[in-house]
Amino acid sequence: MKKFISIILAVSIAISGLVLATKLLEPKYMSGILEGAMIEEYYDDPTDHNVVFIGDCELYENISPVYLWENFGINSYIRGSAQQLIWQSYYLAEDTLKREHPDVIVFNVLSMKYNEPQNEAYNRMSIDGMKWSLSKVNNIKTSMTEEEHFIDYVFPLLRYHSRWSDLNSEDFKYIFHRDKVSFNGYYMRVDVKPAEDVPEGKPLADYQFGDNAYTYLDKLTKLCKDNDVKLVLVKAPTLYPYWYDQWDKQIEDYAKANDLTYINFLNLQDEMGLDWSKDTYDGGLHLNLAGAEKMSEVFGEILSTDFAVPDRRGEESLEKYWDGVKTRYNTEIDRQNTNLKLYGTVHAPEEN
Amino acid sequence: MNELLEILSDLHPEVDFTTEKGLVTGGILDSFDIVSLISEINEEFDVTISAAELTPENFDSAETIYALIKTKLDDED
Amino acid sequence: MLFTSYAFLSFLLVVFIVYYLLPGRAQWSYLLLASYAFYYMCDPRYLIFIAITTVSTFFAAKVISDKKVAFDAWFKEHKKEYEKEERKALKSKEQSAEKKIFLACLLFNLGILAVTKYTNFTIANINSIISAFGSPSGISFVDLIIPMGISFYTFQSMGYLIDVYNGKFEAQKNLFKFALFVSFFPQLVQGPISRYADLSQTLFEEHRFNWRTVSFGLERILWGFFKKLVIADRILVAVKAIIASPDTYNGFYAFAGAMFYALELYADFTGGIDITIGVAETMGIKVTENFRRPYFSKNIKEYWNRWHITMGTWFTDYIFYPISASQFMMKLSKKSRVRLGNNLGKRVPVYLSSFIVWFTTGIWHGASWNFIVWGLGNFVVIMISQELEPFYRWFHSKVKVEGTFGWKLFRVVRTVLIMSSLRMFDCYRNVPLTFKMFGSIFSQSSLSQLNAEAFIGMGITGYDYAVVFVGMLVLVAVSLIQRSGSVRGKIAAKAAPVRFIIWYGLFMATVVFGAYGIGYSASQFIYNQF
Repeated sequence: MKKFISIILAVSIAISGLVLATKLLEPKYMSGILEGAMIEEYYDDPTDHNVVFIGDCELYENISPVYLWENFGINSYIRGSAQQLIWQSYYLAEDTLKREHPDVIVFNVLSMKYNEPQNEAYNRMSIDGMKWSLSKVNNIKTSMTEEEHFIDYVFPLLRYHSRWSDLNSEDFKYIFHRDKVSFNGYYMRVDVKPAEDVPEGKPLADYQFGDNAYTYLDKLTKLCKDNDVKLVLVKAPTLYPYWYDQWDKQIEDYAKANDLTYINFLNLQDEMGLDWSKDTYDGGLHLNLAGAEKMSEVFGEILSTDFAVPDRRGEESLEKYWDGVKTRYNTEIDRQNTNLKLYGTVHAPEEN
Repeated sequence: MNELLEILSDLHPEVDFTTEKGLVTGGILDSFDIVSLISEINEEFDVTISAAELTPENFDSAETIYALIKTKLDDED
Repeated sequence: MLFTSYAFLSFLLVVFIVYYLLPGRAQWSYLLLASYAFYYMCDPRYLIFIAITTVSTFFAAKVISDKKVAFDAWFKEHKKEYEKEERKALKSKEQSAEKKIFLACLLFNLGILAVTKYTNFTIANINSIISAFGSPSGISFVDLIIPMGISFYTFQSMGYLIDVYNGKFEAQKNLFKFALFVSFFPQLVQGPISRYADLSQTLFEEHRFNWRTVSFGLERILWGFFKKLVIADRILVAVKAIIASPDTYNGFYAFAGAMFYALELYADFTGGIDITIGVAETMGIKVTENFRRPYFSKNIKEYWNRWHITMGTWFTDYIFYPISASQFMMKLSKKSRVRLGNNLGKRVPVYLSSFIVWFTTGIWHGASWNFIVWGLGNFVVIMISQELEPFYRWFHSKVKVEGTFGWKLFRVVRTVLIMSSLRMFDCYRNVPLTFKMFGSIFSQSSLSQLNAEAFIGMGITGYDYAVVFVGMLVLVAVSLIQRSGSVRGKIAAKAAPVRFIIWYGLFMATVVFGAYGIGYSASQFIYNQF
C-alpha cells in the first residue's frame, strides 16, 4: 500500500511538473503578436452567434463585430488567425459547428492561393488555441510542414522548451490565465499609414488555384450545406496582397456553380467610402479601425437585408455581454490614441 | 623460466613477474610490450607465437606465458 | 534514423513492449526482424549489403569450422599412423585449405567496404595525379550509396570470421542467429564493434522482464540523451561556426573550437553509445562498454585503450598483432637488431606495425587525407612518447612529482590538448588548412580575441554557453563518481525520493534544455557514416 501511494505520488508530481513547465514555457501572445491568442479566446465567450467569420487577417483586421452589434444588432464572431490556410478555416468551421449553429459563415477567399502547408509559426498560432477534437487532429495533420511532428502539438513543451531563455514577467503573470486581446475576434489598430504606390501584381505563371485548396473549399461548402448554414465568400477590400482578376473569375465561377454568394469588396470601395490615405494602418495591407468600421457598415447592411440576419439588440444577456466588449473596445481605442500621442505609435514602450 | 623472467624484467623493471597474475588484464603489458615480448621469445626460444595466441589468458602471468612456450616447444617434436 | 528522433523513440517503444509480450524463445528472432525493419526504414537498399555480408561470412565461417572439427576428429584418431613430418604436412594442407576460404571471404567483404567507401576518394587521388601531369580531364565520380554502419558491421563480421578461422570457437550454426549478431539494431548506427564471444552470451537468450535491468537501461538511455541533446548538439553550433570561417576564427578561436569539439565529440559519441548500451540493457542484452573516462588518461596510448575501446581492440587484435607476429616481422626484427643494435632494432617492427595500424585506423574513420594524417599524427605522438620513456624515467628520478595531484592533472590536460589538436584534422576542410589553423593558435592568438561578443556571434547565446558549462560540470562530476563504481548502482542504493529527484531532474533538464526540435537542426551522429 505504501509503495502504491508513493508511485501515485511520484507520477502526480512528475505530471504536474510537466504541466507547469508547459504552461510556463508556452508563448502567451499577450503583447506584441496578439494574433496567437485569438483562436483560444473564442471558447470563453457565449456561442449562439448568427454570423461567424472564418479566415485570415483580411477578416479579423477589417471587420468589427462591435460595430455590427451596435448598428445592426448582429451577434457575430471572427475566428481568425494570421495566414489561416483554407483547411485550417475548414476545420475551424467544423469545430464551430460542433458548438453552435450560426445562420451565416463568412469565408475570405484570399487563402485559396495557398495549396500547401506554409509556415510553422503561423500553424502554431492557428492551431494551438483550438480545443482538442477530431477537427484539431485533422487540422494538425493537414497543416504540418515537413519539419513538424504531431507529437509537438500534443506536448507543446517539446516545441516551446527552448523558450526557457526568453522567459519574462509576462510568462509568469499569464501562466494560468489570459487577458482578452481581441473584440470578438477583431484585432484593432487606430493608427494610420497611408497606402502609396501600391504595386501591381506581378504576372504569375499559373493562376489556377491548387487542387488541395479546392478540395477544402468543396468540403467547406458541403459542411455548410449539410448543416444548413449559408456560406458567404468574400474578398476583403485591401490592396495587397494583390488579388488577380483570374483568381476573381475562378471564385465567381465557383460561387455560381455552387449557388453561393461571393462579394468582392474591392469593387465596393466607393460605396464604403474607403480613403486609402486614412483608412489603413500599414499602407494598404490591412484596414485600421476607421476602415474596418466603414467595411462593417456596408457588410452589416448586406447581412441584414440580403441574409436576414436578425437584429438581436434588446436580448438581455447579449446586451450585457456586448456592453462588456464595448467597454474594452473603447478603452483600447483610448489607450491606442493616448500612446499615439505620447510615443507616436499605438504600442506602449514596454510592449516592445 | 628464468630466461623468460629476464626478458620480462627488461620490459618492466618495476614489476615482480614471479607473483603478478594480471599482466594484461591489469594493464601492465600493453600491445607494444606484447609484440616486443614475442619477438624476444622468438629469439630466445626459437618458437613462433601466432597472433591468435596473443590473448589475455595466455599472457596474464609469467607462468601462463611459459606454459604457452612449452606447448609450442613440445609441438615442435 | 537518428537516435534523437521521434521516429526512433516510437520504434523503440513498440519493439520494447512486443519484446516482453513474446515468449522467450521467440525474442531473438523478433529482434532480428526488428533490426532488419530498422535498417529497412533507414534505407531499403542497405538491406542488400548487410545480407550479403551476413550470408557470405556465415557460410565461410561454417565451412571452415566444420572442416576444422572434422579434421581434428580424424586427426586425433589417425595421428598415430603417421610420422611427424607427415603429420605436419597434413596439418598444413588442412590449414591452407581453410585459409583459402577464409581469405576469399575476408577480401570479398573488405572489398565491398572499400568500394562503397573509398572509390571516390581513390578517383579523387588519381585525378589529382593526372592533373599534376597536365592532363585536364579526370575520371568522373561515381554515385555510390554508403550503407549506414557498414564499417561497424563489416568489422564485427570479420572479427567473427577471424576468430572462427583461428579456432577460438565453433561457428554459429543458425544463419538467423548470426544475422542478428551482425545487424543488432542498437549498435548498427555507430557501434560498438562487438565480439561474437561477448555478445552471443546474452543476445540469443530468453529474457524475462526485470525491473532493475530495465530501469538501469532506461537511465542509461536518458543519460545518453542528456549528453547528446543538452551538451553536444548545443555546442555543435559554435563548433560549426568556427570551422566554417577559418579566416575570421583563427588564433585563440581555433583553439576554442578544438576544445569545444573535444567536448562535443565526447558528449555526442559517448551519449550515442549510452543509448545503444541502454537500449540493449532494457532488453537484457549486454553490449560491451566502449569508453572508460578517456579524458582522464595519462597519455595517448592509454587514451586509446579508453576511447572507442572496441575499435581499438579490434585493430590491435586483428591488425596490429597479426602483422607484428608475422614471419616477415620476426625476420625484420632479427635483421634490424643486427643492423641497428638490440635496443633500437627491436622497436623497428613494432613501429612499422603501428604505422600500418594507424594508417588503417585513419582511413577507416573517413575517406580523406585529413583522417589519414590524423591517424598518422596519433602514431607520431605515441612513438615520441615511447621514445621519451627513458627521459621520463630520468626526469622522475630527479624531480619527485610522480603521484602528486599536480602531475596527474598535468597529464590529463596534456592528453586532452594533444587529442584536441589532432582532431583539428577532423574539423577543417583539408590538411594544409588544418596545419595553418593549428599554427595560428600560436601566431595569431591575441587578448583582443577574448571577448564575449565574438563568442555570442557564433550563433549561440550566453545562455547556451551557461547550459553547456553546467552540463560539462555534471559530466565531470559523474565521471569522478564513476571511478569508484557504477553511478546507477549508487543511485539505486539511495532512498526513493532522492532517486526520483535525480532522474526526474535529469529528465526535465533534457526536455527543457535539450537542443532539439524546430530551430535546432538535429545533427547526425558524427560516427554515423563509418
